[in-house]
Amino acid sequence: MKYNRSSIDPSKKWSGPLREYDLVKEIVIAVVVVGFLALSLAALFSSPDEKALTMQSWATEAPADFVQTAAGELAGTTTSASYGPPYNTNGSGQNIGPVNLGKIAGVRIPIDPAKSFVIEPLSIEPDSVTKSAIATWGAASAKQEIEWASAYADALSKDGKALSIADPTGKFGPVPTLVTSLFSMAKSGALDGALTTSDTNLPTNFTKPLLFLADSGTYFPDKAAAQHLSGDQWGVMNETGSWPGQSWLWLYSLWYQIEPFKSSGNADILVMSLMGVLSLGLIFLPLLPIISRIPYWIPVHRLIWRKWYQRKS
Amino acid sequence: MSAKASWTGRVRAATLEKFEPEDLLPDHQPAYVASWIYIFGVATLAAFIMLIASGLYLTLEGPEWWHTSKIGHYVNSVHLWSVELFFVFMVVHLWGKFWMAAWRGRRLATWITGCLAFFASIITGFTGYIIQTNFDSQWIATQAKDGFNAVGIGAFFNTLNTGQAILLHVSLLPLALGAIVIWHVILVRKRGVVPPIDEAGE
Repeated sequence: MKYNRSSIDPSKKWSGPLREYDLVKEIVIAVVVVGFLALSLAALFSSPDEKALTMQSWATEAPADFVQTAAGELAGTTTSASYGPPYNTNGSGQNIGPVNLGKIAGVRIPIDPAKSFVIEPLSIEPDSVTKSAIATWGAASAKQEIEWASAYADALSKDGKALSIADPTGKFGPVPTLVTSLFSMAKSGALDGALTTSDTNLPTNFTKPLLFLADSGTYFPDKAAAQHLSGDQWGVMNETGSWPGQSWLWLYSLWYQIEPFKSSGNADILVMSLMGVLSLGLIFLPLLPIISRIPYWIPVHRLIWRKWYQRKS
Repeated sequence: MSAKASWTGRVRAATLEKFEPEDLLPDHQPAYVASWIYIFGVATLAAFIMLIASGLYLTLEGPEWWHTSKIGHYVNSVHLWSVELFFVFMVVHLWGKFWMAAWRGRRLATWITGCLAFFASIITGFTGYIIQTNFDSQWIATQAKDGFNAVGIGAFFNTLNTGQAILLHVSLLPLALGAIVIWHVILVRKRGVVPPIDEAGE
């Protein structure tokens, strides 16, 4: 039987030959087969569950890194302390050309790391020495606070392993006491609760402890690198252990591996913008002049519809 | 007032009356619908059903249950592998539709809703990864915040706010994704399966 071209106009309802089909049966079989696959893969390969890190585990496993980071929060030298929107105005965020979308959105999640990560938790139930140190810190000028904390952070950093540095000349002010008290609080486990309950007693928001943890110089990033999760390890699409992760983010991850994105200070906004453009390109691909013609030039459809073409010939 | 003039009548005319019963639940297809590639659309839907089922079980028991229960860990594993299967099937389905130039014949909206379903799935999957309440979720949330913050989205969607991510993952995003998928399937049924290339002067 021959069909003229008008009978197979793709915009018109099909009026050519039909074959028997059972939609409901197909769906049921698909659910049974895919369900069996998912249940079997889960039984065979399970899923990963690396325990979450805590302030307590950080202070116990990497004490020097913890005290250096705490001193850095007071000195304003950590990533959070100099981040900018949406947390504070201490940094400018990232630009694409003259546009700074972070600034336009503004500071909607206010975080002052020195206050939020150190002073406020310590103020919950301080001993007399810590109480006095908090008072001294609060009474000092911002310039003085930075001088004390920077000097102490530098001294800790130079030593590398010390948990506290003696201060015979008083150039560190109350900072050693504050940092040591915070360290003790972290080791006892009290800091984990203090960071999450500062706004509400039954929290589900972990912004403060996670931002503090993300400021860690070695503890958090080393744990991630050991699980091949770092940015330069294509970490965006990886999962802990050997399980498959978000492999569908491969293209997003790819840009971070190559120039000019790799070394750019505006890498995040550049990659996000590029992915936005590419996503729009995929959505409106049928309207793009060259790309939408590729399926006609490379005849994969001959394979897909080979039975139909064989039947016609 | 005629039935067509009422709001109900207009909605009926714009929806139900646009379809023949055999369009919605067909028992015949054009003869050219005979290829392994067609399996991947319905396989994606089947994986989505598994995702919803395992996700509902996890939702009923709460976000921390799977850390302490063997059954919970298994249900979490089913959820993970359903996600992996869902994306594999969906990507193959998408590639198949590309090589079929399946947007032909007034099927642009079908292609667009398919792409929107793909992107909504990526966002839904991402929120799932950051509510695992384990090390993986801590790392992903702290790294991903920089991308969202850079484009201003982070001020409204805070990846470090686990409660916000949980609510998005189990309510808003599945509803949005489900609505897009239903829209996509209705369009597929309405327009029919695209005929082979090289026909009608192509």
